[in-house]
Amino acid sequence: MAPAEATRTLAFVEAVREAQDLEMERDSSVILFGLDVDDPKAILGTTRGLVDKYGPERVFGTPLAEDAMTGAAVGMAYAGLRPIHVHIRMDFVLLAMNQLVNMAAKSRYMFGGQLSVPMVVRSMIGKSWGQGAQHSQSLYSYFMHVPGLKVVTPTTPYDAKGTLIAAIRDDDPVLYVEHRILHSQKGPVPEGSYTVPPGKARITAPGRHVTIVGVSYMQVEALRAHEYLREVDIDAEVIDPIWVSPLDTDTILDSARRTGHLLVVDNAWTTCGASSEIVARVVERLRPDERVRVRRMGFAETTCPPSPTLEDQFYPNGRTIAAAAYELVRGPGKPWMPVEREDVNAVSFRGPF
Amino acid sequence: MTSASAVDPAALARLFRSLYRIRRVEEEVARVYPSDKIRSPVHLSIGQEAVAVGVCDALRGDDVVFGTYRSHAMYLAKGGDLRAMIAELYGRQTGCAKGKGGSMHLVDVAHGVMGTSAVVGTTIPNAVGYAYALKYRRSDRVVASFFGDGATDEGVWHESLGFAALKRLPIVFVCENNLYAIHTHQLRRQHTGDIVTRARSHGLPAERIDGNDILAIRARIAETVAALRAGQPGPFFFECMTYRWREHVGPGEDFALGYRTRDEADPWVRGDQVTRLGGMLPPDERRRIEGEVEAEIAEAFAFAEASPFPSPDQLWTDVYGTR
Repeated sequence: MAPAEATRTLAFVEAVREAQDLEMERDSSVILFGLDVDDPKAILGTTRGLVDKYGPERVFGTPLAEDAMTGAAVGMAYAGLRPIHVHIRMDFVLLAMNQLVNMAAKSRYMFGGQLSVPMVVRSMIGKSWGQGAQHSQSLYSYFMHVPGLKVVTPTTPYDAKGTLIAAIRDDDPVLYVEHRILHSQKGPVPEGSYTVPPGKARITAPGRHVTIVGVSYMQVEALRAHEYLREVDIDAEVIDPIWVSPLDTDTILDSARRTGHLLVVDNAWTTCGASSEIVARVVERLRPDERVRVRRMGFAETTCPPSPTLEDQFYPNGRTIAAAAYELVRGPGKPWMPVEREDVNAVSFRGPF
Repeated sequence: MTSASAVDPAALARLFRSLYRIRRVEEEVARVYPSDKIRSPVHLSIGQEAVAVGVCDALRGDDVVFGTYRSHAMYLAKGGDLRAMIAELYGRQTGCAKGKGGSMHLVDVAHGVMGTSAVVGTTIPNAVGYAYALKYRRSDRVVASFFGDGATDEGVWHESLGFAALKRLPIVFVCENNLYAIHTHQLRRQHTGDIVTRARSHGLPAERIDGNDILAIRARIAETVAALRAGQPGPFFFECMTYRWREHVGPGEDFALGYRTRDEADPWVRGDQVTRLGGMLPPDERRRIEGEVEAEIAEAFAFAEASPFPSPDQLWTDVYGTR
């Protein structure tokens, strides 16, 4: 569904709220629940006002029972509802793995198409201010592994709204992963309904010398790296996969073929992660005469530490990404690391909208 | 035990037919099993049929049930298609899940048989969610959630009961307590073994029905379902004592393993509800029902054997609905 022209700027949280509001208004089968969705803080504002508008049967806080509430969402979906289940930390979704992996993902298949599970699981990942070991994890690759699930990691307010509407209307279970730092970011968002459908990536900055794929929040850092790399005359193409499952390999492969260099920066650990999958899919499809140099970046292979000096080392950033891209393009002989620039830190969302 | 005079003859015949049919289907599954024509782990309900039949007879066609990997009885008692079930066990295209579910994932949505799961406790919250949807839609349909005593060890059992009680959902929880989780007795897994007290702690009425008594089970569930339909808030909980005659999985007996004795099983075998209800029917009527059921079963197995296997491309269907 094509969007209207964006004539206003919204924050990510407001885009999420609006997507749910529009879908709930349109379809009485959409219901929304999770710990604290109806409390005064309203999940960082993403559910604000919805309980007043739609009532406590459609918008409700739940017991601290992630396993059963996920199972309940599956049962509601069997019955024709389209539940949205919210987890304010992705770490908590681990308590729901049985229902997501054994029931939500498999029902359509193991019941021979008799049942389907149109549900959305929203969860938030965090960074900084000492989120630490169990408030920071980006576990979406766990779900990429399982057939039957879809996974989306929107970066911009535009995509936050369009992918959430697509996820709610989708007949399969969708993990919708929000980065808390992105929540306050603003960008152009059209009014009314539109969808950003599964399986289509977006080139967010065109370039010729290296392809940088940035997943979730790392999309912002990849765009910063793009700016730094101009200092050394490297023209980086930046891609946001948007949906990591199903993954748009074609767009990434096409770009990597053109630039000859592929750097995938994930907002997660690299081992068995989205970055592994993206690189493998690209390399597998190269012809014998094609050469693409590849590199992955992600979290340090440690538990996330809360102390700022350690945490700075834990995450890739625009400068370290630029340095890695430089080495990929120019070779390992003479390392380069850009000096931090305030104007680059201000890079946020530019949109092709 | 509930006296026979409390049950009208038509109901008696119907209950006997259902019990006998399930018993004979599973005996036939066990008979065929060594031929390797059924390549699916089978968890037989032989000995436990009274719970599924008693509960499902008290339900309406459009009510729904959720069960476990030991759900042949529940599936058939609720009206699940026999031919599609046998074909599913045979891995055929005509199976209820097109050969993609097997014995542990029986389903027949048209007859209210919703998911069954191989992971203990897993469908309990699914049943609760379905009940939430029914209440939200102001439906007078009800849900029955079947699970074993093993499921009451699981955290999700507590979570599910808690939410169902909080929202006063139209659901009947049915614990089929056969005393064992695979080979481990309930009292080696639970300090008190008192499941109804634990259920009551979540604020819902709970009672135990002893003796694998189909007429008592049917009567209590019928009263409960009538109350739910009349608008009385749920949920309700029943612990139905029963006993598994065969091994946990597979076609045979397992007394040789030594974890339980024939002496323990004997009273349950003597109280067999198939024999009991058969004895309450006029002999000629019983013979007629048995003959009809035997013919139906023979036809269902022949149907399964004659059905095609799924074509290889079927591997890729029903992974996603929209792609």
